[in-house]
Amino acid sequence: MTRGPEASRLRRRKWTERVFTWLMAGSTFLVIGSLLVIIGTIVWKSLPVLKLSMITQTPKGGYYLGKEGGILNAIVGSLYLAIGATILAFLFSLPVVLYLNLYARKNSRISSLTRFVFDVLWGIPSIVYGAFGFLIMVFFGLRASLLAGIITVALLELPIMSRAIDEVMRMIPGELAEASYSLGATRLETALKVIVRQCLPGILTAVLISFGRGIGDAASVLFTAGFTDRIPTSLFQPAATLPLAIFFQLGSPVAEVQRRAYASAAVLTLIILLISVVSRVLIKRITKHVIK
Amino acid sequence: MRLIKDYVARKFMFLLTLVPTFIVVLIVFGLFQKSKPILLAKSFTGLLFSSAWQPLKGQFGLFPFIMGTLWVTFVALIIAVPISLLTAVYLSEYAPRWVRDLAKPIIDLLAGLPSVVFGVWGILAVVPLVGDVIAPLFGTYSSGYSILAGGIVLAVMIFPTIIHVSLEVFASIPYPLREASLSLGATKWETVRYVVLRKGAQGIIAAGVLGLSRAFGETMAVLMVVGNVPVVPKSVFSPGYPLPALIANNYGEMMSVPQYDSALMLAALVLLVVVLSFSVLARWILVRAERRAE
Repeated sequence: MTRGPEASRLRRRKWTERVFTWLMAGSTFLVIGSLLVIIGTIVWKSLPVLKLSMITQTPKGGYYLGKEGGILNAIVGSLYLAIGATILAFLFSLPVVLYLNLYARKNSRISSLTRFVFDVLWGIPSIVYGAFGFLIMVFFGLRASLLAGIITVALLELPIMSRAIDEVMRMIPGELAEASYSLGATRLETALKVIVRQCLPGILTAVLISFGRGIGDAASVLFTAGFTDRIPTSLFQPAATLPLAIFFQLGSPVAEVQRRAYASAAVLTLIILLISVVSRVLIKRITKHVIK
Repeated sequence: MRLIKDYVARKFMFLLTLVPTFIVVLIVFGLFQKSKPILLAKSFTGLLFSSAWQPLKGQFGLFPFIMGTLWVTFVALIIAVPISLLTAVYLSEYAPRWVRDLAKPIIDLLAGLPSVVFGVWGILAVVPLVGDVIAPLFGTYSSGYSILAGGIVLAVMIFPTIIHVSLEVFASIPYPLREASLSLGATKWETVRYVVLRKGAQGIIAAGVLGLSRAFGETMAVLMVVGNVPVVPKSVFSPGYPLPALIANNYGEMMSVPQYDSALMLAALVLLVVVLSFSVLARWILVRAERRAE
């Protein structure tokens, strides 16, 4: 063993190592803990007010002053909106991503441009989509409605979904498509029958992630979907959404209504958790059709 | 017949592929068109650097809001970058397998939580924390609805973005490099510091920029905890009023006051342009880093 300055330097290096290991473990703990704290806080605060009537009734008269009723209108509105937007975004994303991966040449100008544009769109804040959706609405003379909300949220979901699908599709080895071509299949047949099936778990995750984003976003629907106490029965009626219901209830001076906002937030969190669990389970079940 | 189908599908998909690009152009163009009236009526620098915000008198100075956005974003980055980086290093270099398997889905879930939920948490936990604990600790008074509260909430929101990108960057650094450093007697942390962090420096910057642009445009969560007072903030304990909150709060009355809608669209345009340049910057850094790696 060496002594003197050599040994003390070694000690210091080991000490630094230990300090940073602790710092890193602490940070990780903090990040993981923050999720638990967020969910914990919201559940804790909402337990006393969470009643079944909250999710089975629409707001009755004076609901926002603390009277009876629930947020069924917002839950259903959000589901309609997110389902519509997700379908719309999917009908768009899938062909585009298939084109990028099967038809366009690798690293061609159009594919790198489009991928870059998806990155750019991904970064655009939802409030800007909201403002843009509002412009479209005014341009076409639409009023705030389910339809306008669906279009805006679809715009928001488009880059999220496309990027996620593209990531999976790029991983597929080229041989798979070539094997299909060599059997005489056209590119379209290859795309639909081979590639899509192979990517199915990935596509599903992408769809569910975007759905979660769509259902939770508030800033984009603020201008476009409107708000109402009734459940919309047509595309041209305004629709309440869960995030906005939370926001508006929080803004109320009545303590009872504020507590309902916490409960509504718990409901929204629960939906998001559910989506995440469902996607994990589905992926496990679907993967059996995938050629490894 | 099959070939015709293929041909039609190909053309159709090609057209659809052009749409995203078209959307970006349309958004920029649309917002620009709408903010034109106010840009023509007032001087551009006057709009950006004047603190007078009195829509009823026709004064639309965006300066307090721009400063509000900058403050909140800055605070969020100062909190989020070190913590996210340390977490990413831990997960990629140190953590045992089970921690990694546990952390990944949790971080994904954190990324998926809606911003309103963050906002509610902010009101329930962060605002009282700032108002009752942190501010008195520094010997000042704060209602809690402050830049700091907004920054903390935002920081938690951008953890996943920075961690994800950094993890990807660290994963792309070849193993032999680390082994070479370790075999020369460097400790693990020294290897991280002199090999992993240095090799990944550009990627880390890109991760930071992406987190920055996320934070910049975040609306609801910040809006709920930041206080929304249209003055230039003096400290992290004073309230602020970021640009996205301005747009979100005033959509109701904007059609009834002249030039108001135009001013708000200008605010959206400013946001868009800043975020676009961040995206381009991050992309440029990442592409350059990749080229150098090859």
